[in-house]
Amino acid sequence: MEQFYVFLQQLINGVSLGSIYALIALGYTMVYGIIKLINFAHGDIYMMGAFIAYFSVSYFHLGFLSALLISMAACTVLGVLIERIAYKPLRGATRIAALITAIGMSFFLEYVMVFFVGAQSRAFPNVLPALRIEFFGGKVFITGKELLIYGVTLFLVVLLQFIVRKTKTGKAMRAVAFDREAAMLMGINIDYTISATFALGSALAGAAGVLVGIYYSAVNPLMGMTPGLKAFVAAVLGGIGIIPGAALGGMLMGLIETFVIAYGQSTYRDAVAFAILILILLVKPSGILGTNVREKV
Amino acid sequence: MLEIKDLHVYYGAIHAIKGISLKVDQGSIVTLIGANGAGKSTILKTISGILRAREGEISYDGRSIKEATCRQIVEQGLIHVPEGRRIFADMSVKENLEMGGFLQKDKAWLKETEARVFEKFPRLKERVSQLAGTLSGGEQQMLAIGRGMMSNPKMLLLDEPSMGLAPLLVREIFTIIKELNQAGITVLLVEQNANMALSIADYAYVLETGKITLEGPAAELAASAEVKKAYLGG
Repeated sequence: MEQFYVFLQQLINGVSLGSIYALIALGYTMVYGIIKLINFAHGDIYMMGAFIAYFSVSYFHLGFLSALLISMAACTVLGVLIERIAYKPLRGATRIAALITAIGMSFFLEYVMVFFVGAQSRAFPNVLPALRIEFFGGKVFITGKELLIYGVTLFLVVLLQFIVRKTKTGKAMRAVAFDREAAMLMGINIDYTISATFALGSALAGAAGVLVGIYYSAVNPLMGMTPGLKAFVAAVLGGIGIIPGAALGGMLMGLIETFVIAYGQSTYRDAVAFAILILILLVKPSGILGTNVREKV
Repeated sequence: MLEIKDLHVYYGAIHAIKGISLKVDQGSIVTLIGANGAGKSTILKTISGILRAREGEISYDGRSIKEATCRQIVEQGLIHVPEGRRIFADMSVKENLEMGGFLQKDKAWLKETEARVFEKFPRLKERVSQLAGTLSGGEQQMLAIGRGMMSNPKMLLLDEPSMGLAPLLVREIFTIIKELNQAGITVLLVEQNANMALSIADYAYVLETGKITLEGPAAELAASAEVKKAYLGG
């Protein structure tokens, strides 16, 4: 029975971590879907989101919801600017040129932040009332932080699905992602649609940053590196370019990592994450929800 | 309606279109025939703004559109239905039609036009919520044309609408093209199926490796020995 409680508790923790990975992975997959770029700076947008929330809360004493909205709005602007300044001029260039630029952009954001705020971690103030719901006589519990992460993630994923499935801009995003030239022939504004994709993806990364700040109570300029890479793995795991795939992949990554730690192998948690990536690429290169499509010539 | 003068288009260093001129009168069907790789699709892509001309002039409805963006060209009712249908396979039939009507603001007009598309292609109506990628080749071509109709065309650029279709379907598609033309839409039709193209066109141009080698009324070209030998199978 004790084993079962441990399992349940880890499940609760794993879904929290998975939610955060899912939010980041969604942005990765959307950007990849529309311009076929692995945006390595995406993890750093998430870091920026965490910092903006940190400043909103520590210096301006804002509550959780205001901090979340400000972070998401600021990350939206940041994501759109990055695309306009760094990626758009390279749209006709080779994919490797854009990829290298994305890596450069990632380092740029990280070390600009190191320069301004220093490399040390800062404590993220507690903005939530202490809430702890216990089950089985306290052997399994869920905190307010976790409920908040579940709630915000669920809301954002449903909202994203709505935008992508039902709105005109969302449909344009899918059309451009599928066939840019055909979308141009419909009169769809490609630049605007790509900007909208960066805006949405970055807003989600910003939200993830805020949630992780709250969850781990700490922020630092390099916090985006590892989660960024893992979210990328999650996006590939689900099938890169496929939105539900990213959510699923993120959730799986979070769960796997949590269980690897829980069963005593915390040293290997990152190794496990990347071993999974290698395994998927060997067995099903297109990811869990991916279909094997041959590259168009 | 559409006039091209001394058009030159390059793919990098390759000189794909070497100074062609052509004219499409309002209300007519003009066809551009020629072998694979002659540059037919390149010309259409240059008209619709996907490719840029290095030299020459393209005017539509009396105005130059050489520098216009795809969007501006679509706004003026010059609609390109591309080769290979290029429908959005992971979107439903309905969503594909919505994409065709992307720039149309008038909701009532959109509804009416969608109804007209379904009237012309009842099979699309049966499959309205199906993913476009699951349609047969003929149905996909119908969807591509229907999607073009949703863009409120004054002129259609049709690229190889018969490609990969069974003879019966080719006939059906060509009947539709003729009907659209009779409803007032000017058509520039690019085809490898020269027989069918010449049978519905008013005027025709023959393109060979980036140059126009022959032109004339479609009936005359269909009767010419040269064209028969090269394009009509004897």
